[in-house]
Amino acid sequence: MSDASVPRALRQPLSLKLASNLFLLAWLSLAAFPLFWIVAMSFKSPVDAFSSSAINVLVGPRTLADGKGLSIVDILLGLTVAWLSIRAATKWLMPMAAGEGTVQRIFSWAVIALGFAVLFIIGFFFIVPWISGPLNALLGPLGRPVLGLTAEHYRAVWVENAFYENFRNSMIVTFGVVTVSLTVGTLAGYGLARSGSTFAFWILIIALIFRALPHSVLVAGYLPVFINSAEILRPVLGENAPTLYGQPLAVIAVLVSINQPFTIWMLRSFFQNIPVDLDESARVDGCTHFQAFRWVIMPVMWPGVITTGLFSFLLAYNDFLVTSLLLDASNQTMVPAIAGYFNRETTTTDQVEAVAAAVSITAPLFLLVMIFQRQIVSGLTAGAVKG
Amino acid sequence: MKFRTFAMFVGPSVVMMLMFIAFPLVTVLLNSFQVTQPVFQVVETETCTPGFITQTCTTEIKTIPVLDGDGKTVTTTRWVGFSSYANVLGGERLTRALSDFDLGAVLQIDFWKALRFTLTFTLVTLPLVLGLGLAIAVVVNNAATAVKGPVIFVSLLPFIITPVIGALSIRWLFYGDGIVTVWLEALFDTNLSVAANGWAIEFLMMFYRVWHVAPFAFVIFYAGLQTVNQDTLESAIIDGASRWERLRYVVIPHLMPLIVFITLIHLMDAYRAFEEVIGFSSESYRITLQYLTYDYLTPDDAGNRQISSASASAMLTMIGVVVLLAAPLRRTWRDHRGA
Repeated sequence: MSDASVPRALRQPLSLKLASNLFLLAWLSLAAFPLFWIVAMSFKSPVDAFSSSAINVLVGPRTLADGKGLSIVDILLGLTVAWLSIRAATKWLMPMAAGEGTVQRIFSWAVIALGFAVLFIIGFFFIVPWISGPLNALLGPLGRPVLGLTAEHYRAVWVENAFYENFRNSMIVTFGVVTVSLTVGTLAGYGLARSGSTFAFWILIIALIFRALPHSVLVAGYLPVFINSAEILRPVLGENAPTLYGQPLAVIAVLVSINQPFTIWMLRSFFQNIPVDLDESARVDGCTHFQAFRWVIMPVMWPGVITTGLFSFLLAYNDFLVTSLLLDASNQTMVPAIAGYFNRETTTTDQVEAVAAAVSITAPLFLLVMIFQRQIVSGLTAGAVKG
Repeated sequence: MKFRTFAMFVGPSVVMMLMFIAFPLVTVLLNSFQVTQPVFQVVETETCTPGFITQTCTTEIKTIPVLDGDGKTVTTTRWVGFSSYANVLGGERLTRALSDFDLGAVLQIDFWKALRFTLTFTLVTLPLVLGLGLAIAVVVNNAATAVKGPVIFVSLLPFIITPVIGALSIRWLFYGDGIVTVWLEALFDTNLSVAANGWAIEFLMMFYRVWHVAPFAFVIFYAGLQTVNQDTLESAIIDGASRWERLRYVVIPHLMPLIVFITLIHLMDAYRAFEEVIGFSSESYRITLQYLTYDYLTPDDAGNRQISSASASAMLTMIGVVVLLAAPLRRTWRDHRGA
């Protein structure tokens, strides 16, 4: 904004501008620093990671002394590959992913993203080391390692401690929660948005009260039932009655229900933004309510559904309380599993592995914000503006 | 819309909420008045060891759990009235502490300790979240258009991150020889040990919560700032209002509904704070109400879960939710009837 276009009274004195920008900078570093720091820690050997000197954590002299480091050549190569892949993603992949229809577009996005991730991993972790080895030997001083960096904690977490099992469980639970809660919630949200009856009002109010309930209150209700469910259900289901405790499917049902109040409030506000005329004209043409929903509303509802899905995803992915109480150690999800690392308190290696696990859990969320920033912001404001 | 169609749309959602929210509430209520314990029987056994002249015999009275045919312990469930509640509230310790007018002793009891912390936590973080959120929103609104996108991206990170991990990332900066602790020690030339100081942990837990929720307040305020009526602002300028006065008398009144909304959400969420206790491992210093229930529900060393106490503490936590929501709900009802 140039100064000329702003009325004089609105123009800001330099001191105010400076103070405002300084405050912004302070907030940004406050917001990002803890996350940046755990990423830095996760790549260092324990002595460096928990060193009391910040420089040591960043540069990693001990990690370097152990022979795990990157030379300038490595760093340059890595940066080049990263830059090239970002270019490739924006230049070729974005246009490729464009297709007809939202579902189709989501699908093609997923396939392309997956393929790209595989190519990137091959390029970054296999081809770059393969090239940089001889190059380092050739270039002498430039090829000497300068920055301590090791991925051994990630290997320990993912390969030795079989974190992929926790990852798989997290994915099962998250995927189940998102699909079921959107299916059930979309129908309910539409019904509530199009009905002005007192009954609908009461459902919304009760849902609001349910939203405020601490989750531990509900889990206190499930736990005895779930543990004894085999005996309780035996008269109905016979000998096949399952013990619900420790079942990912039971956890999905629980998380969907806990999430339902929020989901229907949010989807209702999105559906209220879709003009009623749209389904009324379909009704005039002889559609039933369900047909109107299927053929008129469904094609235009996706932005709202995707946004709500993001928040369902976050709830299921981030949950600690429900999953840690209702699943046993053999099928634990990622977030409760991490508690096992830092509660052990045995060696600093365990601690750094906990850091590496924490970064592994955070990485998908980081990507999520990058891709869906606009949807997240619109979702946050949708509830607020409606009140 | 006819009621039948409406019921078909809303049905699945309502059934799920009834089954997994309303029904557990009833179970919790019932469980809080019952105690399930293994049945014990008293057995008199005589064991004899061979000895000189006569055998040495001892008789022992043992209490052992009764087993059924499958070798499982038999349990009974009996009604205990309010005794689980009395147990959670501190029972005799509470009456003794009250008769001595000893507030410190009351706050030693887990429930009151948790209540004290949860309420302080909720009320202290609320103004900080509102203030910081509004400040960031005003500053970002003021910033150049090019930086707004990246700024919002970075600001969203603390909000989107898994709460336990967010708390951990701050814990690792402070606990032990954490980097920030070392800086503070150098700055004030003292020796700090954050992990062993209840008040330091309490401060960190609040710090984490503000860090985690301020972005939410920021995004909402920022959206609200886009809709401030420019004409009103201009007339305020003509009337000679200073920058501060414009913020105080034009912008903040415009944002009032949003402030109420964030306050309501924050009260609900901070009241059920839980992840902080796990992330900061603060259970021996500071606990929250939700953690209290969680703690009763986790099996102890013998593998028993104190379901009855958990239910009682859950019901007591519920009372707080009802108190919290009473005022806004009454207003909504009045609006609905008026509309």
